[in-house]
Amino acid sequence: MGYCTHEPIEVGRLMAAVADGERGGTVAFVGSVRGGAEDGPVVAIEYSAYEEMVAEEFGRIIAEARERWPEAVVAAQHRLGQVPLGEPSIAVVAAAPHRREAFAACRHVVEEAKRRLPVWKKEQFQDGGTRWREH
Amino acid sequence: MPSGGDVLAPTPRTITVECRFFARYAQALGRDALTLELPASATVADAVRELRRALPAAGVLPERPLAAVNREHASLDARLAHGDELAFLPPLAGG
Repeated sequence: MGYCTHEPIEVGRLMAAVADGERGGTVAFVGSVRGGAEDGPVVAIEYSAYEEMVAEEFGRIIAEARERWPEAVVAAQHRLGQVPLGEPSIAVVAAAPHRREAFAACRHVVEEAKRRLPVWKKEQFQDGGTRWREH
Repeated sequence: MPSGGDVLAPTPRTITVECRFFARYAQALGRDALTLELPASATVADAVRELRRALPAAGVLPERPLAAVNREHASLDARLAHGDELAFLPPLAGG
């Protein structure tokens, strides 16, 4: 399962990838496309990426989480291409023996992914217009 | 002490790096890649200056853009080596 996918994200598959009888706490973060832009209703977001770097950077971020919370296991995916309103664009799932580590590892990966992954989004409006969104 | 027959080879005076552009930068430049020749001791900042000089549309690149060398975030004073992949990244917006 790669870190980038052009298909809908299957959160259940990510959860299955980190499931284990010894890991009693699982935390899943799912970020979805939302519609409330200033310039009108967004119907979809087109995600593009430096895919080779996303794969390496996600790997580095997850390795950092593993170093800080050695018992946590993390799986993550970013969706690319056109993602309709309401559908997930990113999912991070962390499992650990206890919830504290699972929450901490999941949060670390989400925050660092937002900060470091080379991914860009172009909003698509109802009237057919588009705009690069940077934040 | 180095050994082997190539130690006396002259130090190359120039290097080439493979530049890559993404998203808004690629759109404005009308291309997503470019091979750039630079002095052997060039940094990322030198590459930015050279691009802004050589390409009329490269004004889209800020003077201090985000950059990555060989798929890892790099600072503007990072030294480049021959064959490096130098990517210019518009403000990131993942998630």
